[in-house]
Amino acid sequence: MQLLFDFLFQPFIEFGFMRRALVACLALSISAGPIGVFLVLRRMALMGDAMSHAILPGAAIGFLVAGLSLWAMSLGGLIVALIVALAAGVMSRITPLKEDAALAGFFLISLALGVLLVSVKGSSVDLLHILFGTLLAVSNSALVLIAGASTITVLVLALIYRTLILECFDPGFLRAVGGRGGLAHATFLALVVLNMVAAMQALGTLMAIGLMMLPATSARLWTISIGRMIGVAVLVAVLSSVAGLIFSYYANLPSGPAVILSAGLLYLLSLAVGSNGGLLRRYIRRPHLEH
Amino acid sequence: MGRGLVGNPIEAALSRAAPHESRPWPASQAQPVDVLRLDDVTIAYDRHPVVHHISGAFEGGSLTALVGPNGAGKSTLLKAIAGLLPVTAGAIRFGIDRGAVAYLPQVVDVDRSFPLRVVDVVDFGHWRKVGALRRLSGEDRAVSVAAIASVGLAGLEHQPIGKLSVGQFQRVLFARLMVQEAALILLDEPFNAIDQKTAADLMNVVRDWQTEGRTVVAALHDLEQVRRDFPDALLMARELVAWGPARQTLSDENLERARHLAASWTDPAAAICAR
Repeated sequence: MQLLFDFLFQPFIEFGFMRRALVACLALSISAGPIGVFLVLRRMALMGDAMSHAILPGAAIGFLVAGLSLWAMSLGGLIVALIVALAAGVMSRITPLKEDAALAGFFLISLALGVLLVSVKGSSVDLLHILFGTLLAVSNSALVLIAGASTITVLVLALIYRTLILECFDPGFLRAVGGRGGLAHATFLALVVLNMVAAMQALGTLMAIGLMMLPATSARLWTISIGRMIGVAVLVAVLSSVAGLIFSYYANLPSGPAVILSAGLLYLLSLAVGSNGGLLRRYIRRPHLEH
Repeated sequence: MGRGLVGNPIEAALSRAAPHESRPWPASQAQPVDVLRLDDVTIAYDRHPVVHHISGAFEGGSLTALVGPNGAGKSTLLKAIAGLLPVTAGAIRFGIDRGAVAYLPQVVDVDRSFPLRVVDVVDFGHWRKVGALRRLSGEDRAVSVAAIASVGLAGLEHQPIGKLSVGQFQRVLFARLMVQEAALILLDEPFNAIDQKTAADLMNVVRDWQTEGRTVVAALHDLEQVRRDFPDALLMARELVAWGPARQTLSDENLERARHLAASWTDPAAAICAR
């Protein structure tokens, strides 16, 4: 028992950087869980991926202006990604392009611009930091940023919750009863960007999507209620954060990917045995009922 | 359920709307009151009119079938009344509050695998009342449950919508309409692609709405059903062909005229309308 306790808690008791990484991951889990659930419900699972690339030129501009400053890079990333998301949203409403196609166009421009900017001044190492983060070197300001983003996300989601569900489920009805579906959607996109930017230093933008999407898709395989899906998603994200950090500590491997791989394992497990449409259910024949 | 439903909103809306209307309504004497009036309404897609100079009024508590050949503009007219399409020319005037209009589109573009239960969907009918933030009261929830029972789905309140048949889902949408407590209900081909039993049950629901004093306008293609179940009919073929008691409106002569009008739509060259 003592052994297990030591195994699980010693790394966090002993090392401050492990504790900070844990706090960062837990705070991100609380907001990334519900955000991911809504991305899944909106069938925008791959949209987060595109958004993560859109952040790059903004972060690069921030870097060029202020050097390796977290706030400058975050602000730059936030602004550019918001512009990309809103432009895609607006174009999908006023041109024949669907939102995914419009977004693909804008984020590719943004990505190319970002890589170009990074190459002007900076190195490929900086680029890797932006995409993959450095979880074991989370600074104080990064912690504040993450905690703040997480708090804002949960509060704002609570405000737009009902509108967002109806906008996903039956946008025509929402429009007919005078709901502000477009506004809720835009607000939601802003939250997606906010979370990705907040996670930039810790997990990197690419890995941050893992903490959004993997727990959310796993949750879809366990329950059919939106509320419970959010609960399961947060739980999966928290579990994979803890497991990933401990694993990376003992195996001496990068912690960001370890966290995401843990979430990936839980996803594969859910695919196999999930109670709502998991593969196992498909292959176990149960006798049919009378009616 | 229908208590005080039609009277107050109409009077309130009339007293508010009348001074601004170019042609004020005879609000004081007229009984029954027009719930909805079309003033020379034209709706065009890309300048080609699909609803062309239609005028007339729907009386409060009337049950009207909207009939016409394919492409006659029935859905377009309903959408415009629901406020989802702009009117190109003319005006649609309401004798009721704009929020007291409920609309059921022909194809409800929803993801049926969405993780919602029957009662969740029906609860959305309270939107006008509770909006995005307010809590549903116990009374609101009771109204939802009663609506679910009256469309014949009692006991299925907590069923995920993904497990329902097409007919059952249409019943759910009718329950949601019922919860909206609308004074004017617009239905676009509500009995399409559902079984006869469901269609008959839902027709009874529509009749109940009329008894409660609600005004119902339904686009339909089954002329037999219209003659059987609907007191009034509006026959259109982009233009208004006839509007009145269903049996007279659907006379052979009128139907022939509608068909004749429909035959001319294929001509791509069109001059600018002089009306």
